[in-house]
Amino acid sequence: MSAVLAVENLSVAFGPARPVERVSFHVNPRETLAIVGESGSGKSLTALSMMGLLPRNARASGQILIRTPQGRVDMLALPERRRRLLRGKQIAMVFQEPMTSLNPVHTIGRQIEETLIAHENLDRAARRARVLELMNLVRIPDAARRIDDYPHQLSGGMRQRVMIAMAVACRPRILIADEATTALDVTIQAQILQLLDNLRRELDVAVVLITHDLGVVSQWADRVVVMYAGLHVEEATPAQLFADPLHPYSHGLLAASPRNSEGLTYRDAPLAEIPGSIASARGEVGCPFRPRCPAAREVCGAVVPPPVPHRGDRLVACHFPGILTEEARLVPAFA
Amino acid sequence: MAQRKSVPRQIWRIFLHAIPTVLGIVVLNFLLLQLAPGDAADVIAAEAGSATEETMAALRRSMGLDLSVLEQLKTYLLHLAQLDLGHSPRYAMPVLDLIMQRLPGTLILMATALGLAVVLGVALGAVMSSFAGRIPDRLLSVLSLLFYSIPGFWIGLMLILLFSVKLGWLPSGGSGTIGSSLTGWAAVLDNARYMILPAMSLSLFYVAIYARLTRAAMLEIRNQDYVRTARAKGLSPLRITLSHILRNALIPVTTMAGMHFGNMLGGAVVVETVFSWPGLGRLAFEAVMARDFNVLLGILLLSSLVVIVVNGLVDLLQSRLDPRIGAN
Amino acid sequence: MPADSTLHKALATSAARTAPQPPAAQPEWRHIHAPDARSATTAHLPPRQGYAELKLFLRNPNAIFGIVVLLAMALCALTAPLLFPRDPLAMVGRPFLWPGQDAAFPLGTDSMGRDVLAGLVHGARISLYVGVAATVLGLSVGIVVGALAGYFGGVTDRLLSRLIEIFQTLPSFVLVVVLVAILAPNATTITLSIAIVTWPTVARLTRAEFRSLRQNDFVTAARSLGFGHGHIIFREILPNALPPIIVTSSVMVAGAILMESALSFMGLGDPNVVSWGSMIGGGREMIRTAWYLTALPGLAIVVTVLALNLIGDGLNDALNPRFSEDRL
Repeated sequence: MSAVLAVENLSVAFGPARPVERVSFHVNPRETLAIVGESGSGKSLTALSMMGLLPRNARASGQILIRTPQGRVDMLALPERRRRLLRGKQIAMVFQEPMTSLNPVHTIGRQIEETLIAHENLDRAARRARVLELMNLVRIPDAARRIDDYPHQLSGGMRQRVMIAMAVACRPRILIADEATTALDVTIQAQILQLLDNLRRELDVAVVLITHDLGVVSQWADRVVVMYAGLHVEEATPAQLFADPLHPYSHGLLAASPRNSEGLTYRDAPLAEIPGSIASARGEVGCPFRPRCPAAREVCGAVVPPPVPHRGDRLVACHFPGILTEEARLVPAFA
Repeated sequence: MAQRKSVPRQIWRIFLHAIPTVLGIVVLNFLLLQLAPGDAADVIAAEAGSATEETMAALRRSMGLDLSVLEQLKTYLLHLAQLDLGHSPRYAMPVLDLIMQRLPGTLILMATALGLAVVLGVALGAVMSSFAGRIPDRLLSVLSLLFYSIPGFWIGLMLILLFSVKLGWLPSGGSGTIGSSLTGWAAVLDNARYMILPAMSLSLFYVAIYARLTRAAMLEIRNQDYVRTARAKGLSPLRITLSHILRNALIPVTTMAGMHFGNMLGGAVVVETVFSWPGLGRLAFEAVMARDFNVLLGILLLSSLVVIVVNGLVDLLQSRLDPRIGAN
Repeated sequence: MPADSTLHKALATSAARTAPQPPAAQPEWRHIHAPDARSATTAHLPPRQGYAELKLFLRNPNAIFGIVVLLAMALCALTAPLLFPRDPLAMVGRPFLWPGQDAAFPLGTDSMGRDVLAGLVHGARISLYVGVAATVLGLSVGIVVGALAGYFGGVTDRLLSRLIEIFQTLPSFVLVVVLVAILAPNATTITLSIAIVTWPTVARLTRAEFRSLRQNDFVTAARSLGFGHGHIIFREILPNALPPIIVTSSVMVAGAILMESALSFMGLGDPNVVSWGSMIGGGREMIRTAWYLTALPGLAIVVTVLALNLIGDGLNDALNPRFSEDRL
């Protein structure tokens, strides 16, 4: 396979609850894949599964295939001590909260160094040189002085840069950014996303951007996976998705976001919203979006639509894809 | 962002903060001395055997004991400045010398007991936290609660019963083999044999506290974001436990350890008495028996000063352990 | 989506056929099926179950055990004059009878032929009396001082905090010994002395609670309604500050009992009363031959204090649910 990461039929269960249900997608080398969804969609759990960091009481099934120099490995099938060797080295993650994601009692230099200690065989001087190199790579100013600073002495944006430095220290093939910019100011957000994109090209790493922000998706992603209630409901390029959303949920997401190109102001019309909440999906036998879908039909309540290819390389999990965008398309009446 | 304050500046700040407290303790000490039955003149008269009313009055006048309370306070403070804590009738020594003679014994015992309590307590707490909620944790929890409920003097007696009387492994009292002429390492080992039971008795109470504290701290830290980051970096479990979890759990433990120093001094009073350990605690017991209030209050004052010094040291240690402290 | 499009009408009617009928007088969203969108009113909340914490507390087996034991001890204390009407200090039999040797003295006799069981049962009286009385006194003073310091802040807080610090620096048991030695040992002075060393902890705790609670809106609301400080402190803030104070109180009783027994052991107890500590002190010399004289009263202390600590744990789990999550 040419993909650097392939998630095959991933399901995660906590007792009776199944927050992730048979999700499949792949990530190509040097591309940015965005995973979009609201809270409760299962995107963060998917990310944790990719890292093999699920809590002990979670049961995961399916495969997480990572292409390493030694061949393909399935993260879920490996014992923990083998997984540990992959984490940080082949696949790395940057988390949402830079304020609490760094240990307050160790210097940032030491925390970046830890990744190198765990995976590489360098002596002390070489490690320190590498740390400085990494700090420069992520554009931390005055690196030589800041290397001995403590996290509380840095701003949020700086801390996130440190997190990124820690993540790319060993040149992983895949970098997952789980809402990495949500907790930052808008201007800093843009800088960090630009940094991730630069690193993607400079270090030849595939980036998985987990976000709920469609603006981020439109600017930075090569492909988008939309998740709802643990299911993979749509996959397309941003251009395709924004021009022509096939799944009613994607359609609702786009309708709900203000788009400057249309000159939309709040005085003209209220923002459309998707009524109800994701909690309505619980207990649904068929499509989980049915309770909130304006176009729901009887089959939607009976059968879960699987993601199927549509119009070439797009995927959509809907019995009636595109129903909301094309008024002209008449839906055959159902018995 | 602010840099950490230098150590000398921190010491100065701690010193300044402690001054009003020291003054308060000194004044309190003085007031207690006034309350105590009998005064210096009675002491001298007692030593002499007897005295008449006139002699007593003259004595009091010559010692300045008939002056106003404020005047006496001034005298007291003056004496203190000259490191004069009064005279002990029972031991016929200056109180300060007497205390200084006994202080090292107590400090060694307390340091050992505290060290033992921290090491055992943290280890126990770490084990408890890794089995959180399961049977080993519940059992150890009740066990540590049991330790917390045992009076120090009683466990001392029971330990003597077991290890000295029944098994004959360890001595039942004193601090060294009498009349022995051991030197160097042999002497240290000999002293250590005598210190085991008293240190254990003193530390048991605190083992429980540190175990529960460590357990709670580690459980809370385990859920912190930075531990998740450490796992995501692929660090070994040992390194995560030591360098991230335990290292951060030390902060609340050291805070508590500092606060316990004063309490432990109280425990030392009974433990030293039970084991005839030559320290400040046993001196206090003897002073109580003899109603020698000069010595008793001298011990109160000096032990308070030791507590203040230890608290200052703990403050310094804290700012080393947690770089967030001290940065404004 | 224009509401009058043909497609929309077609979908709406077909959807309405399959969807369950929404109740009348609801907004005109025919295509909405999500149950949460339908209920525009806030959910009907059941009234707060009274004493939810009490139920939680009573479900804890350790806490139940603690209460049972404590009640047994209290029963002993109250019925002692009925069960053993003779003065427990009276000599009633042959000395040094072992437990079980003589049916009349199930737990044996001591060096002076006094009934050990009678001593144990009577000893519960002084322990529980001192424990409860000292705690009540310490709580009263501590709550008042802490509330004033935490509520008013400013100079009041600085002065009172300094006072708290002074009393916390003085080693507690040493101060208790000094006070009891000065004031002649009896139940009242012992209770007073123990209260004097325990109030600072309560004060500190109360101060912290008040400092955080006084920022809350309900305080501002009370002020704007014209309520005076007294009302706000005691009727508004204090009830909310109580949980940690309640938890601390059971630990305080335990500590007071330990201190009283240590004092009696040292000979500073009330000379007219039998106390568990004094029994241990009396039996200390005979530990080689009649060790039951030290073991039995000690067990009584351990069991009582353990019961109080179990209750304290149970209270903590019930009143601070955050910490009890560790038990999962």
